[in-house]
Amino acid sequence: MRRGKKQRSGAGSATQPDFAAALEARLMEDGLDAPRVKATPEQVMLIACGALAREIIAVNEANGWDHAVLECLPAKLHNAPQHIAEAVRVKIRDAKARGFDSIFVLYADCGTGGALDAVCAQEGVERIPGPHCYAFFDGVETFETRHEEELGTLYLTDFFAKQFDALIWRGFGLDQAPEMRDILFAHYTRVVYLAQTENPELDAKAEEAAKRLGLSYERRFTGYGDLGTTLAGLAK
Amino acid sequence: MADEEDDIILSALSDDELVLQMHDDLYDGLKDEITEGVNILLERGWTPYDVLTKALVEGMRIVGIDFRDGILFVPEVLLAANAMKAGMFILRPLLAETGAPKQGKMVIGTVKGDIHDIGKNLVGMMMEGAGFDVVDLGINNPVENYLEAIEKEDADILGMSALLTTTMPYMKVVIDEMTAKGIRENYVVLVGGAPLNEEFGKAIGADAYCRDAAVAVETAKEFMEHRKHNQTA
Repeated sequence: MRRGKKQRSGAGSATQPDFAAALEARLMEDGLDAPRVKATPEQVMLIACGALAREIIAVNEANGWDHAVLECLPAKLHNAPQHIAEAVRVKIRDAKARGFDSIFVLYADCGTGGALDAVCAQEGVERIPGPHCYAFFDGVETFETRHEEELGTLYLTDFFAKQFDALIWRGFGLDQAPEMRDILFAHYTRVVYLAQTENPELDAKAEEAAKRLGLSYERRFTGYGDLGTTLAGLAK
Repeated sequence: MADEEDDIILSALSDDELVLQMHDDLYDGLKDEITEGVNILLERGWTPYDVLTKALVEGMRIVGIDFRDGILFVPEVLLAANAMKAGMFILRPLLAETGAPKQGKMVIGTVKGDIHDIGKNLVGMMMEGAGFDVVDLGINNPVENYLEAIEKEDADILGMSALLTTTMPYMKVVIDEMTAKGIRENYVVLVGGAPLNEEFGKAIGADAYCRDAAVAVETAKEFMEHRKHNQTA
């Protein structure tokens, strides 16, 4: 006997009524476009992953920095990194066409295997250093030092804790085939939640995510790490 | 009504229909149906090798093409691979007994610092399906593991896999060590993994970058043909 063909659920469609959740869902699916105005000489265009939008806005607001114009690509590209580099190139060229002389990319390598660096070099634009966003939140140097002893760790950030269901659980089809969990995460032993903010609700979400994956759990507060210092450098 | 339409009695299908149905079932990742289909074909007197190549490997080849073309995504490929694994579980001991044709031997493993093995496992399974002996070193392999295994197993091919941008440069460490020991030319080196590309493969001195499991099989076969040709020339 044969079961009916499975239906793909699609990832990330939010039904929560509140604005914050709607914004998160938009950052996941569509990204964020800045108003189509011409650049002024002091402005810098930040091209970022949607998973970093809230953090970038929070750092800039907390410091009263209003020099930046932010555009984000959909955070769901995290699961399709082969598309990131060219998507960033499109954004860079669009920003240049709008008169931005100063452009900065807030993306880690993010699994592009150097393709993003190649695009940045070709376009004459810099990016924040680091292999992953969770690495620069942790501080790239610290992260790389610990890599070997932390083998088998799945890292969550505030965004990933919030979007665990859409990006990881549904993103990897575990809603359709939960038995795949033990294949996908066979060699993982724990979840480490690298927290950007003190938020018990997110802590609980991250812990629940670890439980669903059958992994142990640890929370570490990182704040904004290298993202904060990078944005401070751009503000000078 | 829809359920009734979806119900297909596998044992009532002709051989050709059943094989096509198994391709569909692999595509849909239906493990139980693949197990049932394999058993039916064996009961009908098919050789394990024919079941493997005509039903499973061909089905996974189609999955591979649709993954490459962006029609299928990782979860679907994983389910398909899992279904194939169930079929291989039945066929593997039978293949060993019946002495199916052998293409060559491959040692494969994920590089040091990397624990991801889904793609590597799929390549191993497809290579096995294509008639290669596969020695799987698992994950997080330092250079010594690779060098020891290729020598001990008298391998033809070394396959290395990485999912992380931070770990993929380790492939060069292995290849450089092979060169330093003067054994690089004794083996075909194939590399793969999501962040890699052809340019990277060339830059580190691999023989080929394989973008997916089906390409790995085709590439390995080509190199083995070339090797045999050179040996007989």
